[in-house]
Amino acid sequence: MLDKFRGTQLYKSIFRGGGVPKSRRQRMMVVLNSVFLHLHPVRLPKHAVKLKFTWCMGGLSFFIFLILTISGILLMFYYRPTIEYAYNDIIDLAEQVPFGIMREVHRWGAHAMVITVWLHMFRVFMTGSYKPPREFNWAIGVVLLLLTLLLSFTGYLLPWDQLAIWAITVGSNMARATPFLGHEGPGAGLLAIGDINFITMGSDVRFALIGGRFMGEAALLRFYVLHCIGLPFIIMIFMAVHFWRIRKDGGISTPV
Amino acid sequence: MADFKHLIDTISNPTILFTSTIIIFFFIFPINDWFYKWNRRLKLYVLWSGKGMLIAAIIMAAFFMFGLSDPDFRSIVLKPDNVPISGLIFLVYFFTWLSMHQAYENDAKLERGESIDEQYDAPNDKVLVWPDLVYVEFIALILCSAFLMIWSISLQAPIEEPANPSEAPNPSKAPWYFLGLQEMLVYFDPWMAGVVLPSLIIVGLMAFPFIDNEPAGSGYYSFKNRKLSIALFMFGWLVLWNMLIVVGTFLRGPNWNFFGPFEYWDIHKLEALTNINLSEYIYIKWFSTGLPDSILAREIWGILLLAGYYLILPPLLAKTVCKKIYERLNPFVYSIFIVLILTALTLPIKMYLRWMFNLKYIIAIPEYFFNF
Repeated sequence: MLDKFRGTQLYKSIFRGGGVPKSRRQRMMVVLNSVFLHLHPVRLPKHAVKLKFTWCMGGLSFFIFLILTISGILLMFYYRPTIEYAYNDIIDLAEQVPFGIMREVHRWGAHAMVITVWLHMFRVFMTGSYKPPREFNWAIGVVLLLLTLLLSFTGYLLPWDQLAIWAITVGSNMARATPFLGHEGPGAGLLAIGDINFITMGSDVRFALIGGRFMGEAALLRFYVLHCIGLPFIIMIFMAVHFWRIRKDGGISTPV
Repeated sequence: MADFKHLIDTISNPTILFTSTIIIFFFIFPINDWFYKWNRRLKLYVLWSGKGMLIAAIIMAAFFMFGLSDPDFRSIVLKPDNVPISGLIFLVYFFTWLSMHQAYENDAKLERGESIDEQYDAPNDKVLVWPDLVYVEFIALILCSAFLMIWSISLQAPIEEPANPSEAPNPSKAPWYFLGLQEMLVYFDPWMAGVVLPSLIIVGLMAFPFIDNEPAGSGYYSFKNRKLSIALFMFGWLVLWNMLIVVGTFLRGPNWNFFGPFEYWDIHKLEALTNINLSEYIYIKWFSTGLPDSILAREIWGILLLAGYYLILPPLLAKTVCKKIYERLNPFVYSIFIVLILTALTLPIKMYLRWMFNLKYIIAIPEYFFNF
């Protein structure tokens, strides 16, 4: 039955090559013929498939990113980023939505992703894989770590509960003290013409971040847009470069 | 039991915890041959054997189990957003063990002249992605999904009272991965702890491959030939990052005061604020003249001290302790390296100045928001 189906025009149109890959050639073709699998090379050094060596942390980080994207899209159906609705929508997510664990998946997934990204960095460090010719990809990885933290940070505000706004208040208050660009930062007074300061509470980097002098509606909207569109957009570009450079720099690192 | 809890509370005080960690750290991750000799002599590498892992894991698990019987310990460790950090402690330990275990194994093999697992002979030692890698990935994905599902069903995501901008909780904490930065706020002004130091962490991480730029030692776990870079990275990652997060999460209570893991978070705990600036030390305590009016005259000592630290120390180090590094790197990369290292060292230095002399700022110019 299944074999018959494999012979149909429909099956052949979807799966190039066709058939269960049994021969070495067919197995290579599977990877080459799939847009998803061909992120991989066709063949790898044997230690690259050992869990003991890779810890699978890079792959898991990407996988958790996908889980977060999917659960995040589902959450966006229910969540409205305004101070009237945000908190109640979060409560409804757990209480009104059937099997409402999407927020849990999203939140715990976010914590898990921070941890897997750290451990991935740690593994790459301990195997010396940042060394030439992989310096640039290591730097891209550092950017990805930063973006992961920023994604998690912007998402932290969205439930609009006490935990959220005060954690973000603590975090964003530091922006006040940015040298030159924060109104309580060293050197901010230098950016002035006569008595007119350019860097004030209403024009510094903290104002740009939270869209106001205090945590409010504008901060929620800014963090929402950054969290759902802005940062994922940027992180996907960096991820593409990261994956592409792994291949270009010679795949997984091997002893010289 | 009460005595034991009291003992744990006492030794988890940042002064004791940090001092002992630093001392022990350099024997466990020897930074040079002298420490390495002692590491061998004290047989500290047992830590990375299977038995060492088992014993450490049992001690850690037993401590957690024991701690959970205490209401104060339980309330802080089982706070939903702190659960990942408890997990992180075990994970960081396990993976540190796993990498060091393999590193020592590989070192020993290379010393005996055997070949290591990662040594491969292209193209004979290659395996196919389908099925060898794809099935590992597939199993990892399924386990990861199952784990996340179980976690999500069994533990509700935290939600507190609706946001109220007029009522700040005490303590107000940043998300846990930024608590290392918040902990640095104790010793630095926000422009350092919140902006300059995090930026330098990022720059430092990116600069690492240009400082440790010899291709040898990549592609397999090893320790012996990479002592310096591993010790430096571990010090930053384990001590200055993960440990400060643990301190910031579990040991900092109301008013950011220190509380032991078994201590009740008493909002009225008093901590005398007796910190004074270097200028006050010099002009008031030593010269007994009172602070001069001019900012420059007041802060000149601190500025000289800092200038000496960043301008005189690097060439001195290049001639002495860091001679080998200086010879290997060009002067530009060396100066970046040494500035990064010296800046990282300001954190422990300021910690000790605070603990020993109640020193608040070396340079204090609040008029221009410049406090260091």
